[in-house]
Amino acid sequence: MTVFAAADQPTLEDFGNDVWWIVLIKIVGIFGVLVLMTLFAIVFERKVVARMQQRIGPNRVGPRGYLQSLADGLKLAFKEDIMPALADKPVYFLAPVIATVPAFLAFSVIPLGPTVSIFGERTPLQLVDSPIGVLIVLAASAMGVYGIVLGGWASGSTYPLLGSLRSAAQMISYEIAMGLSIVAVFLYAGSMSTSEIVAAQADGTELSFFGLEFTGPSWFAVLLPVSFVIYVIAVVGETNRAPFDLPEAESELVGGFHTEYSSLKFALFFLAEYINIVTVSALAATLFLGGWRAPWPISIWDGANTGWWPLLWFFAKVVVALFFFVWLRGTLPRLRYDQFMRFGWKVLVPVGLVWILVVATLRAVARESDLDAGQVAVFVGVPIALVLLGGLLLASRMRNRDTRVAAREAAAGGPAPAEPQVLDPRDRDRASGGFPVPPMDLVVPPSPRLRRREAVGAGTVVGTGRRSSSTTPEETDDV
Amino acid sequence: MSVLAMEVAALEIGAAAADTGVVIGTGETIVFWVLAPVALAGALGMVLSRNAVHSALWLVATMLSLGVFYVVQEAPFLGAAQIIVYTGAIMILFLFVLMLVGRETSDSVVETLRGQRVAAILLGIGFAGLVGAGVARATEDLPVVGLTAVQGTVGGPAAGNVEAIAAVLYGRFVLAFEVTGALLIVAAVGALLLTHAEREPGTARSQKERSRARFLTDRPQTLPGPGVYARANSIAAPGRLPDGSPAPSSFATGVEPVQVDELPRTGSVGAEREGLPHAGGTDAALGTIGGGTTGPVPGSGEGAPR
Repeated sequence: MTVFAAADQPTLEDFGNDVWWIVLIKIVGIFGVLVLMTLFAIVFERKVVARMQQRIGPNRVGPRGYLQSLADGLKLAFKEDIMPALADKPVYFLAPVIATVPAFLAFSVIPLGPTVSIFGERTPLQLVDSPIGVLIVLAASAMGVYGIVLGGWASGSTYPLLGSLRSAAQMISYEIAMGLSIVAVFLYAGSMSTSEIVAAQADGTELSFFGLEFTGPSWFAVLLPVSFVIYVIAVVGETNRAPFDLPEAESELVGGFHTEYSSLKFALFFLAEYINIVTVSALAATLFLGGWRAPWPISIWDGANTGWWPLLWFFAKVVVALFFFVWLRGTLPRLRYDQFMRFGWKVLVPVGLVWILVVATLRAVARESDLDAGQVAVFVGVPIALVLLGGLLLASRMRNRDTRVAAREAAAGGPAPAEPQVLDPRDRDRASGGFPVPPMDLVVPPSPRLRRREAVGAGTVVGTGRRSSSTTPEETDDV
Repeated sequence: MSVLAMEVAALEIGAAAADTGVVIGTGETIVFWVLAPVALAGALGMVLSRNAVHSALWLVATMLSLGVFYVVQEAPFLGAAQIIVYTGAIMILFLFVLMLVGRETSDSVVETLRGQRVAAILLGIGFAGLVGAGVARATEDLPVVGLTAVQGTVGGPAAGNVEAIAAVLYGRFVLAFEVTGALLIVAAVGALLLTHAEREPGTARSQKERSRARFLTDRPQTLPGPGVYARANSIAAPGRLPDGSPAPSSFATGVEPVQVDELPRTGSVGAEREGLPHAGGTDAALGTIGGGTTGPVPGSGEGAPR
């Protein structure tokens, strides 16, 4: 696909020539954007999840509760910093830093907009770019794993260690799937630089469909649907988000790798997690959703892709991606660990490999027969993807057939009871169907240490909260 | 020590390059003089730290610095691959294993071979000197053209590092590349074969089937653990049934079940314990099976195995 060198589209030569104060402005700007996006993402997530659960969500601090995460962050900074006695002190101290720094670094290659004018200087709205742009994000996420792994190990406690072991295995596995999903994008864009990938999605192919002339889709999400789906699934695993949040599964591991962390160190982990979510959302927008370029109806307007407007489209796409993350969290239950690993290795990775093979074949065929790659993708790739999706849909319907039949019968007045059956909780005979309750006259066996003091105390029931030396039936025939 | 030698060699190469008059930018010089000590310190730290995880971390620092060196020397793809593959995947796997080993596995300071440390230091320095001197001599009078001349830059004829590597890897060295790939596959399949448990196809029951089978037995719940309802944590202490008798299902395989000393009898007013502090803390108050370390609690049975 040819790169359309529009006037505002930065190319690789445009980078590295900035004045020092422009670079400084960009660095501070990206830092500020990331911190603000983190604060926003936390409130946004809490509010959206609350709506999904029929609640209101944070609504006290600031206008409509939007300053809640700022207040929480300030409170977090002033809490007591606890160093566990068994912690490996230097590593325990370093781990949150190692988690946070790469998270910030990764965002430096994300293109936020076209070439704009800052105080008279023409410069692209992107800190750096390089021929290996996207690999920098991958490298940063690979480094970010260390923060989590070391944090869990250095805490000197069991749950964090289990959490960090899980996260090590999980992030390595899903990073492979993520890398494989991006390869097809590289093949189509002909570059690994983020700005050139955005440029490659600038214009759709001119297609003639039974005499009907129209411009085909240009987003890689449409041209490479399988890659997009694998990428989305893999980054959810990569960022430890629900339903793949096994390293910090509350119901299993307390807090996972950050169980022992408090105060600013915990805040850094939290910050890193949300920055990672923002980064992978931004990368999804860049690689698959056309980057900062306006989506179709807006792109008819000529000025949509010039000046500072693209910043708006870009962040709209990022927020949509963030919403998707929250939606997943609000909808899906957490996977069991072995199912999760099996899914990564036995589904995502093979599908990714086969897909790369298909894409490479299509590219080769397109080049041999002098077809435009976009045409091949639209006329061959999209139908294949549709057939695949249709097949999957049919398969899942076949599998759930029994359930659907049962549900239909139940709806038609089957054996399901009309009213909910209320069981008597005090029915202690479990065989008759009452649900189990603790025995109401439970008596705690005597403690040998308290016996001396309460030697003459009469037996009391548990409810009083006092330990007693009353005899229990079990104790009388003790051997 | 080999990492150290590599570092020294890298230093020497840097010096050699500087001698031949290739222009090295200010940024590159600064990066080199900042990161070269970091890389060296990482190599030394890896050898000298006692804790295995700390060693791994020092090695990570060295590998990261090497990756940045590659990037600075106009081989960005190599640098990214170094960071993603070596630092990101291989070292994480190392850490994974080290963490499973446990955190209290520091090296012993006792030398098992006499004079090993001195010999290792001397040999290491000698080896580093040899390699460094050899590389320095070999590259002394070579004209240094820089990577740009070979691979071109962006917009140039050869279009840069990524394209140049691709051309070399899939053109000139494609056979070596394929053979290396085959070798790695063979290694992976071999490891799978060695660790794979031989099972008849179809005999492995799924989790669902096992769960169903378990609920058809008399005991759908887990077996009682030894010592759960007992007064000691030992695996030899069987779980207790409600009447206080040991639960046979909780007997550990291969260990003679040992009954723990009793609680004070019903009706005891604790007079037999008057004036006796809990010598062993809570453990003593809870009773033991051996009576060796904390001692039996006086008056509450013999404390010895019965």
